[in-house]
Amino acid sequence: MKQRFSAFTLLRNGLSWHENWQRQWRSPDPKPAYDVVIVGGGGHGLATAYYLAKEHGITNVAVLEKGWLGGGNTGRNTTIVRSNYLWDESAALYEHSLKLWEGLSADLNYNVMLSQRGVMNLAHNLGDVREAQRRVHANRLNGVDAEWLDTAGVKEFCPIINTSPDVRYPVLGATLQRRGGTARHDAVAWGYARGADARGVDIIQNCEVTGFDIEGGAIVGVQTTRGAIRTSKVGVVAAGHNSVLAAKAGIRLPLQSHPLQALVSEPIKPVHDCVVMSNTVHVYVSQSDKGELVMGAGIDGYNSYAQRGSFHIIEHQMAACLELFPIFSRLRMLRTWGGIVDVCPDASPLLTKTPVAGLFINGGWGTGGFKATPGSGHVFAHTIARDEPHPLAAPFSLDRFTTGALIDEHGAAAVAH
Amino acid sequence: MTKPMGSHRTANGGRIDRSRPLSFMFDGVTYGGFAGDTLASALLANGVHLVGRSFKYHRPRGVLTAGADEPNALVQLERGARTEPNLRATQVELYQGLVATSVNAWPSLTHDLGAVNQLLSRFFVAGFYYKTFMRPKVLWDRVYEPFLRRMAGLGRAPELPDPDIYDKMHVHCDVLVVGAGPAGLAAALAAGRTGARVILMDEQAEAGGSLLSSAESLDGKPAPDWVADALAELASLPAVRVLQRTSVFGYYDQNFLCAVERRTDHLGPGARPGLSRQRLWHVRAARVVLATGAHERPLVFADNDRPGVMQASAVATYVRRFGVRLGSRAVIFTTNDSAYDAVDALLAAGIGIAAVVDSRPDPGPRAEAARAAGVVVHAGCVVAATHGTRRITGVEVRGCEGGVLAPAGLRLSCDLLAISGGWSPAVHLFSQSQGRVRWDEAKLCFVPGEAAQAQTSAGACNGTFGLGAVLAEGLAAGASAAHLAGFGDGAVPATPAVAEVAAAPGDALWLVPGLKPLGRAGKHFVDFQNDVTAFDIRLAAREGFESVEHVKRYTTNGMATDQGKTSNVNGLAILADTLGRAIPEVGTTTFRAPYTPVTFGVMAGRDLGEMLDPVRTTPIHAWHVARGALFEDVGQWKRPWYFPLAGEDMHAAVRREAKAVRDGLGVLDASTLGKIEIRGRDAGVFLDRIYTNLFSKLGIGRCRYGLMCKEDGMVFDDGVTARLGPDHYYMTTTTGGAARVLDWLEDYLQTEWPDLEVYCTSVTEQWSTIAVSGPRARDLLADLAPGMAVDPESFPFLSMREGMVAGLAARVFRISFTGELSYEINVPSHLGLAMWQAVMAAGARHGITPYGTETMHLLRAEKGFIIIGQETDGTVTPLDLGMDWIVSKQKDFVGKRSLTRSDTARADRKRLVGLLPEDEGEVLPEGAQLVEMAGGTPPVPMLGHVTSSYWSPNLGRSFALALIKGGPERLGQIVFAPLAGGRTVKARIVEPVFLDREGSRQNG
Repeated sequence: MKQRFSAFTLLRNGLSWHENWQRQWRSPDPKPAYDVVIVGGGGHGLATAYYLAKEHGITNVAVLEKGWLGGGNTGRNTTIVRSNYLWDESAALYEHSLKLWEGLSADLNYNVMLSQRGVMNLAHNLGDVREAQRRVHANRLNGVDAEWLDTAGVKEFCPIINTSPDVRYPVLGATLQRRGGTARHDAVAWGYARGADARGVDIIQNCEVTGFDIEGGAIVGVQTTRGAIRTSKVGVVAAGHNSVLAAKAGIRLPLQSHPLQALVSEPIKPVHDCVVMSNTVHVYVSQSDKGELVMGAGIDGYNSYAQRGSFHIIEHQMAACLELFPIFSRLRMLRTWGGIVDVCPDASPLLTKTPVAGLFINGGWGTGGFKATPGSGHVFAHTIARDEPHPLAAPFSLDRFTTGALIDEHGAAAVAH
Repeated sequence: MTKPMGSHRTANGGRIDRSRPLSFMFDGVTYGGFAGDTLASALLANGVHLVGRSFKYHRPRGVLTAGADEPNALVQLERGARTEPNLRATQVELYQGLVATSVNAWPSLTHDLGAVNQLLSRFFVAGFYYKTFMRPKVLWDRVYEPFLRRMAGLGRAPELPDPDIYDKMHVHCDVLVVGAGPAGLAAALAAGRTGARVILMDEQAEAGGSLLSSAESLDGKPAPDWVADALAELASLPAVRVLQRTSVFGYYDQNFLCAVERRTDHLGPGARPGLSRQRLWHVRAARVVLATGAHERPLVFADNDRPGVMQASAVATYVRRFGVRLGSRAVIFTTNDSAYDAVDALLAAGIGIAAVVDSRPDPGPRAEAARAAGVVVHAGCVVAATHGTRRITGVEVRGCEGGVLAPAGLRLSCDLLAISGGWSPAVHLFSQSQGRVRWDEAKLCFVPGEAAQAQTSAGACNGTFGLGAVLAEGLAAGASAAHLAGFGDGAVPATPAVAEVAAAPGDALWLVPGLKPLGRAGKHFVDFQNDVTAFDIRLAAREGFESVEHVKRYTTNGMATDQGKTSNVNGLAILADTLGRAIPEVGTTTFRAPYTPVTFGVMAGRDLGEMLDPVRTTPIHAWHVARGALFEDVGQWKRPWYFPLAGEDMHAAVRREAKAVRDGLGVLDASTLGKIEIRGRDAGVFLDRIYTNLFSKLGIGRCRYGLMCKEDGMVFDDGVTARLGPDHYYMTTTTGGAARVLDWLEDYLQTEWPDLEVYCTSVTEQWSTIAVSGPRARDLLADLAPGMAVDPESFPFLSMREGMVAGLAARVFRISFTGELSYEINVPSHLGLAMWQAVMAAGARHGITPYGTETMHLLRAEKGFIIIGQETDGTVTPLDLGMDWIVSKQKDFVGKRSLTRSDTARADRKRLVGLLPEDEGEVLPEGAQLVEMAGGTPPVPMLGHVTSSYWSPNLGRSFALALIKGGPERLGQIVFAPLAGGRTVKARIVEPVFLDREGSRQNG
């Protein structure tokens, strides 16, 4: 039985000089065979393992991570959580995820610090306004909380935004999802790892999958840097490296991998109490509980597997940030980093079976995977366990690129004549 | 309150200018200092050692270092619009009237209520917040998290916009030398003498690095004199540029490095109006020499954070360079030889030394020399505890063998404790360049491995210590870099003569045992600023966080504003020891840019306000402004939105403009439309592949409307393309899509069809387009172009003519976006305004009315013409728009294959229809979603949405366009638009053409 976390156990362990805390997860050697192998020990992979064990009773599961768990995009994102997507299929999936977020700390017995401070998406031209209002209408009918704020409403919700009409792209309004916000990214990986481990899942770090064993069109095992592992079900959840791994199974995925950068400022006292995103001026900014301003923007244009990007992207995003928040000009950038995001042509994810029986893929989350972590793991576990897509996952299957049933979330191209 | 000036100065010496006294204020108290001081040295010279409070426990903290690695002495500089948080006092140059306050202390530094956290510190261990505050959620939302947020953070953001300006430079050079210490100066000299273009960048106010506080001599000269000579020589070399106060913070691919030069900060706020405050340098260097020095590691022992505990090298620097009497009685605690330099400095300044505590049982010749000078050296001993609160008052010294303390020892009183745990080469930039570091077991530090770029490390940053060796390595690196860049023969200049210093190896002492088990009495700080202790690292390892990256994230070790310069290696070594592994097996964390924090403003530079994104205006813009137009941003363009007359709102203006076009004559500035010249042998074939309809058979002088799709069959852009000659087309695109379309064309030409001979050139800026529209348009054109046959037979719809219009050579296209008789008059841009004025003058008798985009949108919607980005959103096919007529069945084109996919060919796709609200005065909101039945609980199935919606003066009612599932099959049905506030609007589905279905107006 795993030791519970609570104020009481913290107090008790404090009194015993913290010597009795258990490992949050074991560090086992791989067994020769598992019922399910998850490739990729990020948030989505760990969540998948957790829900396989918790919801489907499948506990003979290994999560194989080539580096350290949570070291990919889970630990490299800007931690924004929201569900205000335009299309029904996306809204249903992300709202499912947000509902799981809202109970996640209690469910995992791990404080993931969900901070529902509200997410504003700014509109800067008439096309933006039209699309934003369209999204608000759709969100409401889909049961996703959404409001339209005019310029005065934006200023009231976030007083430090420059809403002057004289700037290059004035703020004409914003959508607001009050239930949106941020969460502590590392804690999500650790919380799922601890929860999965407690249910018997083996989390194996520094174990890279080098190939798949396929017989008669069905998966029978994986080759790893720590030996061969037999299994009849494999879930690949490797973000920027999904297409590389799938290629080893003979599958060409409709994915492109790009660097995506993010940065934080030095910690300052609370000054920015919500999440602000702008597609037109192109930056998103929040302030962490530690006091750092956390911000990001768009991908680097070229394809890459290196977890770093170009500095001019950051210069451009900083100009955008200061346009919206002129009082930030004298603050300083403390850390920058990059992750590798895998992007589908329709900017929606893959939660899918594949032409290889027993091989499942979860990826293509592009720049927005963190918010989906609980929902993604939940529906992917179902898909693997039942060998058929969870109803919320079904629209995100690989065959949409054959049928044309795309879920294009690029956001409407805000272009007018 | 004013304190006496410089009460803790040495009698003389140092590089401060004692003839230039300065006064400054810290936490409301006025002090004195000298030009050449840093804020830290000036405070120390006033006996102020308590300068900050730590992040979590609010422990009193003093100045630990003399440079960029300072974790403790953070200040809020200045007030008002120019205030700046979290500056390191060790790097702030003193100027007259400087005002600084400590951060993270309330109500004051000496009486900080946050210090109550120390009482609870037993529970506030690493990661405690992950284990509690979970239930009930409402308490986390309302109480715990707001409290944590308030406690966190250091300084404060300004409340006003930044009054200063910033700029950027871009340079190339043959050799970039980073750091002007002994190695960097030597490298710059060796490279500079070859004639190579050399840039030397150094973060300090003065070049020299460690030489500025060195007692050694070079070629018989005191070190600072040698520095002065070197700088003089560099100044005499025309191709050499030396930049002080310039921190190289990032090393990117292909030897691209970024640096920030602080140009006015040392002068005080607002001292140089008009001069940029900081400058961002982008440097592309053929070769790079890194000479970034090394950081001294603190020792990790119980309560190693008291004010008065300082790096030994910093002690030497403050005494020698700044002339500060740091205390009256010092203890030196070291594992290595370098701290004996502090001993020499203290002796020379006449500061009492209680003892040297050297962990090595046999400390070697430097210790012997100290003993000879009368200093007590306790060999094989450690400091096991310290005393004092706001200033250190004493230490407990114990023998220590094999990690076990001797049962008894002695207590020494002191007011200064100089510590040295060895040195960590500053491999940050090397690591950023993608070079891998390796652990050097003899030197007990990470040193650069093989270079990943055209780069060499020299001196202490390369793990080379000892002045003679450092100079030799710098000279060799500089000569070699120049040679590899094509300058000089690579011959290495002679190394200046320096005295040999006998040395003994250092001791690997990563965690000094305390008087009680770890964590039970006193705190062994590893990361001072973030309050991470050795106990926290042990706890993290115990809880299964074995990767160094996990430990860093779980404990926050190395994540403070100093980026772990003093804590990374100690933390790693303690983790390795805990896990029973060797340090290289545990690894090192990746160093990422920036080396030191970089001001947001300098990264934005001048790209703010109007300069954020270029504003594009047409040659006629000034006329629109004078006429009182309101503008709409469309991409980068400013387009007239509508032209209100006095007292008109948008509704009234649009009503007037729209009536004028339908009943008489309107004029629109259409110059913003994208225009692309497409020329070459295969231009027609190319357009056939790009557009859904056929262009290769288009007659010369004819125009055709075209749609282009993405590969997925979804409409991407539209516009009219005219054929000007056999191999010459003139394409127009949407205003916002022009660049995207050109990229798209080039993408296909360059990657898919390189065999086609086609050239695309943007001519958007080269042509002005004036659209005249309305029943009187032909009359107007006849007036303006008497030489042009304008009758319908001579100049039919969808054709173009070249000729003189208002005396100017023009291209006239007979095309229409309003559904009225229209001509688009194109002239070279420099004639745009003249043509507009001629049109306005000639149009006066026809009642010509300028109209904007809002009226244009209304008029085209009355005709059911689409707007890309409004009726389309990347999910709409030509067939969804009811535009089957434009999709060729014969030829192939981009996206065609996708149109037959099962979902794309589905009958119940969302398709374009018209809507008439039941209430003729009710204008549906654009973006409103449409449902089959009113009411229902979410998720409510949606049929589609309103894409465009207006009140039309021509129809005398409201109307809308919409995309609705199976729309054309639902004509006549009623749909509902549920709006915010619970209201629902009812509308009937109709054909999406509301006016002149046969097109007689535009075609006639």
